[in-house]
Amino acid sequence: MNLHLSRRYRFSASHRLHSDLLDADENKRVYGKCNNPYGHGHNYIVEVAVSGPVDQATGMIANLADLDAFVESEVIEPFDHKYLNEEIAEFRAKVPTTENLCIEIFNRLRPFPRARLERVRVEETGLNSFEYTGKTQGATHE
Amino acid sequence: MVYLTRKIEFSASHLYHNPAFSAEENRRVFGKCNNPHGHGHNYVLEVTVAGDPDPATGMVLDLKELKEILQREVTDRMDHRFLNYEVPELAGQIPTCENIAAVIWRLLEPKITHGHLNRVRLYETPDLFVDCYGEGNGAHTGSRSAR
Repeated sequence: MNLHLSRRYRFSASHRLHSDLLDADENKRVYGKCNNPYGHGHNYIVEVAVSGPVDQATGMIANLADLDAFVESEVIEPFDHKYLNEEIAEFRAKVPTTENLCIEIFNRLRPFPRARLERVRVEETGLNSFEYTGKTQGATHE
Repeated sequence: MVYLTRKIEFSASHLYHNPAFSAEENRRVFGKCNNPHGHGHNYVLEVTVAGDPDPATGMVLDLKELKEILQREVTDRMDHRFLNYEVPELAGQIPTCENIAAVIWRLLEPKITHGHLNRVRLYETPDLFVDCYGEGNGAHTGSRSAR
């Protein structure tokens, strides 16, 4: 049986969309309100899907306590109530769009030792979300 | 190909306990879910059927037929039941979301005769769910399960 176990997590953080590759006018045109120099924030929801054989002794793909602890230490603890542009090293050089955030979260969770990471889906607001499955062409927009 | 999804809810109780484990091991592995009196959830089940619409009816399958299948195979079996003791298909298994989703797939798959079952998604809570694609390797609603 091909089964994926998914779990939803939450964190709140601020960011500013600004690219050093664009001039001030272009930044304003491309990012609009999101280019506000003081930044702004979101309540992010991170949906993590893992797969693998179901252990017959436990009935589980992975023990939720292990998954929760891993996501907490790799993503929630470093990201929650932070300014992503300054406090997450990867976003000093990369714009913290939710596309890039989704890829960064996937890369941080990929080493989860108890199951295979299938997908990370990030909701920036209730109206937009992004998914990444680890493939170069794999980012999809909803 | 069109993907049609129908949602139902059922409420049931369960507990996690492996008789091969010691009492202490059961508590360590299953935590609160090992409470011998059990506990319950409002499960939400989303069933996705894939197929081409019949040119005569415009339907992949009649929703009424799917509703009856879900009532008979899932609701009548599992709603307001203690899954460990009252659902024979789960006998000898820990009634985790993974195992329940796989049981539901096996119950539904042969009954869907118009289109084919593509995905069973079972929510135990809004923050925990399992997707079952049968024996196929479809990772997304958009991919076809192997038959």
